[in-house]
Amino acid sequence: MKYTVQIVGVGGQGVLLASMVLGNAAMRSGYKVSMSEIHGMAQRGGSVLCTLRFGDDVISPLEATGGADLLMGFEPVETCRSISLINKNSSILMNLDPVYPSMVAAGFEEYPDIDNLVKFVRSLSSDNLMTIEATKIAISAGKAVAANAVMIGAVAATKGFPLSKNLLKEVLLETVPEKFKDLNSKAFDMGFDAMSNQNPL
Amino acid sequence: MANILKKSEQELLLGNEAIVRGLVESGVKFASTYPGTPSSEVGNILEEMSDKVGMYFEFSSNEKVAMEVSAAAASSGVRSFVFMKHVGLNVAADPMMTLAYAGIKGGMLIMSADDPSTHSSQNEQDNRYYSTLALLPMIEPSTPEEAKDMIKGAYEISEKLTLPLIYRTTTRVNHARSIVKFGNIIDTPASGHFVKDDKRFVNIPAYARGNRVRLLELYAKAQELSEVSPYNFIEGSGEIGIITSGVSYTYVKEFISDISILKLGFTNPLPENKIKDFIKGKKAIIIVEELEPFLEDQVLRISGQNQLAVPIYGKRTGHLPRAWEFSPDVLKGIKNIVKVKDMPIPLDPCTIKLPSRPPTLCAGCPHRGMYAATKKAVGNQNVVYCSDIGCYTLGVQPPFNAADFIICMGGGAGAAGGFAQVTDQKAIAFIGDSTFFHSGVPALTSALFNDHKIVMVILDNRTTAMTGHQPNPGTGRHYGNVNTDAIDVEKLVKGIGVKFVETIDPYDVKGAEQVMKDAMAFDGVAVVISKCACPLELKKQKLLIPKQCVVDQDLCIHCYTCLKMIACPALIKKDKKVEVDSTQCIGCGMCANVCPKNAIKVKQ
Repeated sequence: MKYTVQIVGVGGQGVLLASMVLGNAAMRSGYKVSMSEIHGMAQRGGSVLCTLRFGDDVISPLEATGGADLLMGFEPVETCRSISLINKNSSILMNLDPVYPSMVAAGFEEYPDIDNLVKFVRSLSSDNLMTIEATKIAISAGKAVAANAVMIGAVAATKGFPLSKNLLKEVLLETVPEKFKDLNSKAFDMGFDAMSNQNPL
Repeated sequence: MANILKKSEQELLLGNEAIVRGLVESGVKFASTYPGTPSSEVGNILEEMSDKVGMYFEFSSNEKVAMEVSAAAASSGVRSFVFMKHVGLNVAADPMMTLAYAGIKGGMLIMSADDPSTHSSQNEQDNRYYSTLALLPMIEPSTPEEAKDMIKGAYEISEKLTLPLIYRTTTRVNHARSIVKFGNIIDTPASGHFVKDDKRFVNIPAYARGNRVRLLELYAKAQELSEVSPYNFIEGSGEIGIITSGVSYTYVKEFISDISILKLGFTNPLPENKIKDFIKGKKAIIIVEELEPFLEDQVLRISGQNQLAVPIYGKRTGHLPRAWEFSPDVLKGIKNIVKVKDMPIPLDPCTIKLPSRPPTLCAGCPHRGMYAATKKAVGNQNVVYCSDIGCYTLGVQPPFNAADFIICMGGGAGAAGGFAQVTDQKAIAFIGDSTFFHSGVPALTSALFNDHKIVMVILDNRTTAMTGHQPNPGTGRHYGNVNTDAIDVEKLVKGIGVKFVETIDPYDVKGAEQVMKDAMAFDGVAVVISKCACPLELKKQKLLIPKQCVVDQDLCIHCYTCLKMIACPALIKKDKKVEVDSTQCIGCGMCANVCPKNAIKVKQ
């Protein structure tokens, strides 16, 4: 067994934390784990890409283009930008809540219509796309920063995802600071439920 | 950040965390660096915990000094570790070249963290050549796990040879994560004694000649160690052999089957006999390595010297690329020679036009104010903006477009003197506080010395921001039980004789504009110090006073001066209106300062 997740988003969205939770859960499941992340400029609002690979025998920190089993998109434009990381059989978990790039915010560039982005992804891979409003769900759970916990909960409910829901939640709650445990627990559950309702197993 | 001192059997560690664990397990007692990605986290972790393991650690003012202090420690018998990004080794190359002649007593590793694909660098130079240039042995790990394990072995080799070793990593090792098994921690002396030995440590020509021969003899010994090193091993079987090292090994191992692999971890000097024996009887040999044909050219030479008629494929034959980092994808270049795993067809790229998302100066970043003021002061005059390495490099982007020439740390300040001399354009050099201490001071003294009429703008944000907020001489030192005073930039500049020195608050954009006009009109070297702490650093230290900018929509005339001049990410244009994103705004007031109608107010 080998499984590759490509996690994409924007600096500050908690992409790296999510990848650590998934990676540690994979390690505790007895898998070998190899990951790669691009740091540095991320803190300055740039795109973030994290590759997580686990399985019986993985060593490469990178996956072939198109080879990932799951694209976990924390941001709609970033999901579309990285769509070639997967193939027609891969799953896509796409957060629909945008983070506007600075040039969009300042009115120099346009942010595309999100419905069109979803339509585009669906046109490539209609059966495997799951969408979620992770930021909105996180706000209703208590705080927008918990969007990554919503995404991890949603991943746990994704068809064919090899790591167990309980383990993911356990590792998540060990990773976040004590005072944010309740928020993250709630956000995780809401993410899981939102996905389960969308894709009855 | 994972706790690398935890009593644990295994942890999922970042390569740089694994390296620190390796230092701890090897009992390293002295470490020094100048921060640079992809090696930066090593310094950040050591800043936090080095004293807990009895290790001395310092951020030196540049890589050359970092090399020298570590060299002294190792020459006194203390195990030392100096680390830097690849271009940092250019700065430290001078001491390294002669340190190789002198050698060391306690083990010493020189980590060069290379950055193929220039993820956060200005070039992708291949520092493996430094090992052949300096005649220093080199070790190259492929994964975080190896990065930890090989440190122990590397110190043993260093001490056996009495030579520093080059420990060469790349971004995909430093910033990869894998499961790392923790080992025993050994102890070594934390203090040493320097025993006078002029023939080794004083490289005057007479002694240097002897040391050159000594170095060649040690290099030959290193060659013998490389032949029997467990870091150079063969695995798998097949008629075709692949010789590989570093992260490339992981791609070969996972994505190519039915081959014999010679995996090299001790990559200078190469195990020539092992390579010769590996080539013999093979149908073909492929060299899989990132960047330059470093291994390939040597393998071709070894093959030629031994008259082996086996075809050797790689970069020289055009099968593999020389530019940019490798990934499993590049193996498609050799799929006609070996069995490369089938790779699925990727989905087509997005056809909808997506907005760009380059890294950008943060909301409330003081550099925005200084750039806005400078642009205004410059107006239509013809200037050359010499910039440097740091967050402020991002000033190259619109609306500032305030970077015309960037080559290296401190390079803008030096180049400004040349532009001032040969052109009729005004040369303005932007340089950060940490970069100023790193290599800006010699450039400034040279400008004074030679009467280059430059304007140097020192963007003093009280930290080394880009690499993750390390302290620098301008902040003073407050870690590892050592406390020192901050060096005052203004006093330093005045002290060396600069006649025009003004310190300004970049949040007062209009005030800064006037000072810049005066500086440009000054007949001589002018220095403007833009002094304002990085808001990210203030946030980290919980010192940021919460404030907010608010746009009075009744007063706003939609001239968008705020957007055009400051372009702060916290200013959002919605239809015609300008609004403030309260989650990003820190209330610095730069936008309010430039608003012609006073329509923006700062609220506490």
